[in-house]
Amino acid sequence: MRATARVYWRLLVAGFRRQSTYRLAALGGLVANLTFGLLKVAILFATVRAAGGQLHGYDTTSMSTYVWLSQGLLGSVNLTGRTDLALRVKDGQVAIDFLRPVDLLAATIATEAGGSLFAILPRGLPSVLLGAVTVGIALPTSPVFYLLGVVSLLLGIVISAATVYLIAVIGFWLIETRGLQMLYMVASGFLGGLYVPIALFPQWLRILATATPFPSIMMYPIDVLSGFGGAGRAFGLVLAQLAWLAGVTAIGELLTRAGRRRLEVQGG
Amino acid sequence: MASTRERLRPYRAVLASRARSQRAYRTSFALDLGGSLLVGLVELAEIWVLFSNVTTLGGMSFHQILLVFGLADLAFSLADLFFGHVDTLPAFLRAGTLDAFYLRPQPILLQLITSDISLRRLARAAVGAAALGVGLATSGVSWSPRTAVLVPLSLVSGYATFAALFVWAAGLQFFLLDGSEMTNAFVYGGRYAATQPASVWSRPLKLVFGFFFPMAFTAYLPAVTMLGLPSPQWLPAWLGWCAPAAAAWSWLMALLCWRWGLRHYQGGGG
Repeated sequence: MRATARVYWRLLVAGFRRQSTYRLAALGGLVANLTFGLLKVAILFATVRAAGGQLHGYDTTSMSTYVWLSQGLLGSVNLTGRTDLALRVKDGQVAIDFLRPVDLLAATIATEAGGSLFAILPRGLPSVLLGAVTVGIALPTSPVFYLLGVVSLLLGIVISAATVYLIAVIGFWLIETRGLQMLYMVASGFLGGLYVPIALFPQWLRILATATPFPSIMMYPIDVLSGFGGAGRAFGLVLAQLAWLAGVTAIGELLTRAGRRRLEVQGG
Repeated sequence: MASTRERLRPYRAVLASRARSQRAYRTSFALDLGGSLLVGLVELAEIWVLFSNVTTLGGMSFHQILLVFGLADLAFSLADLFFGHVDTLPAFLRAGTLDAFYLRPQPILLQLITSDISLRRLARAAVGAAALGVGLATSGVSWSPRTAVLVPLSLVSGYATFAALFVWAAGLQFFLLDGSEMTNAFVYGGRYAATQPASVWSRPLKLVFGFFFPMAFTAYLPAVTMLGLPSPQWLPAWLGWCAPAAAAWSWLMALLCWRWGLRHYQGGGG
């Protein structure tokens, strides 16, 4: 058991270190986050002010908090749907992954999560800090939100990795998953609350969004970290995330097993 | 005339082969078109969600914003169709395939521009065109010779401005390589800015996207001029006629950056 845990810990560290070699890429991402953050602040502040200073529980300060947390998270969650694994499934190299004495789903998530954790340092924290300096944000005072926030953030990272894993393994049947990946990219950003907080959605769209795992990836961690809606709601959101994690990983394991039987590797 | 046609023939041959190859796998092409359509629709949905909460934003109604969105998005999608891949220069640099361009007796930038064409962006252009059509019909634009000149003028200038942004980004990528996301800030950030009413911007945004990367000139200012709306103090409405100047400025910067980048490039080795 301890030996198994050590393997995945090693993979996590490897993912972290791999990401840490792309420093210029992290700086590029930060510049993009800052630009988009300022543009989002402009249009969302105008919306809150046009609504009379209060909009579905948001004032300008909490809107700013939402904007900068979402920009900060962007480097740590996968909203593009692109994965290395999808390519390995397509060209058959995944057969080698199956030979290793590790669980493919767990190993993939551990590596992805390592990279995501690293991204918090050069992209996540500086984005939030830049937002706090240039526009101003409001963070909760109670330590409950920070504790739950860290849990929620980690869950978001893992759910993101587990959801994009599903796209990759559906490739056992589809081979080319680019269409699916594009669909994920469009849906995850919008329904996950990257463009507009989902509290601003019309009711039917909000219900549709909560019926997907996407808010668990971005909107819920933001709400918990910023204390939006209070401590009771934060607990509820973390529970919802746990449920989504269980569901998504269960489907992932099922698809991996079925796909493994489906995989045909040619050549010798 | 014959010599010009002769000179353009290799470019036409490459583009035609690219267009053919994309349509060869019909299902895949249909999916690509569908995906591209969705991207356009979701970007429109963002504005629609905001307007489901309020009636005016930055002094504009939903129908008036549709006009801004339509002008900006149609111009951007068409520029993306013909120039978008120029932005992927780091992939060429890493693979060393840019060096092959040096072997041919044609300008490198022109070869890069005509090396591909992304037909799937047509679907996104259709979203922009539809938004523009609805915006023109419902936003209360006065139908005068002025509008008839301004719409094509701003579309052509906007197209040229966005195309210049892609080349500008490509020139910088000779230096950035892994940091290519930095140029996304002004290419895709620029597209996003162009669809917004510039009246809501904070001071740094006014400088960056009002003038340096002249995004306000691609759609917002022409729309304000067409609608006869009061414009913000820092952007007089007659600037709506200056979109061609903004395009010229962008191309000047783009070509300077491209030259600068190309001089810096030492070859892929091997």
